[in-house]
Amino acid sequence: MNRTVAKEDLDSRIFNTINIILLCICTVIIVVPLWNVVISSLSSGKALAEGGFIFWSPEFSLENYRAVFKDETIGLAFLVSIAKTFIGVITHVFFCAMIGYGLSKKYIRGRKLYVAMGVVTMFFSGGMIPTYLLIKSLGLLNSFWVYIIPALFSYYDVVILMNFFRNVPDSLEESAKIDGAGDWRIFLKIFIPLSMPAMATIALFNGVGQWNDFMTTKLYITDQALYPLQMKLYEIIVQSQTQSMQNVGGSAIIETTTKGVQLATIVITTLPIVVMYPILQRYFISGMMMGAVKE
Amino acid sequence: MSSKKPMGQRVKEFVIDYKRQWEIQSMIIPGIIFMIIFCFIPIYGLTIAFKSYTVIDTLDSAPWVGLDNFRIILSDKYFWDAVVNTLGISFLKLAIGFIIPIILSVMIYELSAGRFKKLVQTISYLPHFLSWIVLGGMLIAWFSSSGMINEILLNLAIISKPVNILLDANKYWWIATLSDIWKEAGWGTILYLAIMSKIDPTYYEAAKIDGASRMRQIWNITLPNMKPIISLNLILTVSGLLGSNLDQTLVLMNSQNREKAEVINSYVYRMGMTQGDFSYATAVGLGVSIVSVILLISANKVSSKLNDNQSVL
Repeated sequence: MNRTVAKEDLDSRIFNTINIILLCICTVIIVVPLWNVVISSLSSGKALAEGGFIFWSPEFSLENYRAVFKDETIGLAFLVSIAKTFIGVITHVFFCAMIGYGLSKKYIRGRKLYVAMGVVTMFFSGGMIPTYLLIKSLGLLNSFWVYIIPALFSYYDVVILMNFFRNVPDSLEESAKIDGAGDWRIFLKIFIPLSMPAMATIALFNGVGQWNDFMTTKLYITDQALYPLQMKLYEIIVQSQTQSMQNVGGSAIIETTTKGVQLATIVITTLPIVVMYPILQRYFISGMMMGAVKE
Repeated sequence: MSSKKPMGQRVKEFVIDYKRQWEIQSMIIPGIIFMIIFCFIPIYGLTIAFKSYTVIDTLDSAPWVGLDNFRIILSDKYFWDAVVNTLGISFLKLAIGFIIPIILSVMIYELSAGRFKKLVQTISYLPHFLSWIVLGGMLIAWFSSSGMINEILLNLAIISKPVNILLDANKYWWIATLSDIWKEAGWGTILYLAIMSKIDPTYYEAAKIDGASRMRQIWNITLPNMKPIISLNLILTVSGLLGSNLDQTLVLMNSQNREKAEVINSYVYRMGMTQGDFSYATAVGLGVSIVSVILLISANKVSSKLNDNQSVL
């Protein structure tokens, strides 16, 4: 008896040790590259050009950030990013909640047809070109609203909210109806406040999506004043790529300045997400579960 | 049997009900209008794949050309290059990227709850929240001749002089695959961990009494319990074989590695949006979605055969 316990103990201890070592390696593989970007963005041009550091820079300087903030278009892009994320999230969540609330009532006429239409949208789409032609004919090209209107609706989010609304006890609604409240009133005054956790999850996912989205700009926007940060960063990257290919062995000064600006822009672009991350983390796991595990 | 009267009555009932429900219907109608405009009109717009559309045409005035666009696709060398690249990258992602989250989630699950477990999870989810543009910029910095990767390779004496790996077309598939795994592997564990947390702990206790080693417990208890979700994930991955990441390609592709980096999605983008060949690009996109649906259905069939005729989807 003692022998089996000892054996099991040893087996477990070896297993745990190897497990922890491997997971430490995984963590290092993720953290070191990110750390390197932050350290590099804070390095002077000279240090960047010489290279040769991974964890710590030989020469720190804020020149990259100064260069970024001197560029007014980046400030504007930041504002566009914030505006489109903020407005986009609020309108998206409200729109999806409204439809989800309506569809959560089993008795409504035409429900089967509505749900069937929704499911079709999950599996089929026209794809890039037909959607582009639609956006063009709606006059949304080069308009701020192209960030908001086509992103209003997602049937996936509607389903999540619909399931959430269904779990609210019927008696709440019934007593409100007896008091003479209409559907809109019940939705706005009772269901929305009760569903804050579900709506927060969807808001956060949608917010990250809006913040990170750059394809919408790439496809529908040519007006530089409407570029969000991601698109601005994309332009800087493409520009530095062509430059570094043009002067292979050529002017190292230009190359390192654009590299420094690029790194500083990356950090600035990511900062809001990293700041929000602790809040995000609380919600996204439950969000994944809501969407994926159906009992 | 008169079918007319019940029919008329039904319509009447419907209208009465509808009027009674007008308030709640008014919440749904905007969504229906949205779906018709933004989802169903583009699906109708797919017809331009069978037309010859030029900028001066409208969708309806463009002349029908039947399957001409599809015939051109079959003899288009660049299209087939894109197909090869898409499949190559997707298979690499499938072969490596599918297994890693499973292993990683088992490893995290086996940790005793505590600070370290939380830390590992927090860190491994983080890259998922970076956009491909940000990650692309980072990759370019890491791979540049004065960047981190060259520094590591130089220190390990694997290379003797710095090279820009992103400009090497032959390495592109690996860069695309590994960067995708780096970004998404940790995120992929969330769902597996959620399923594992529902496994009845008495199984493990019983196995311990029987003297089963930790590896044996993983093999005989943890993995079998995850089979349904693993097969569901596999089906979705297989159906997505032809749809590679457009954001990733657009940011990492350059004139040096284009030959190996062009995937179907970026080809559609290039033909349609930059060269204005709308009909042709739509035909490519339509062909790809049809093949994807076929892949989805067959993967589901195969897996339901393997899982005792229980269809996952």
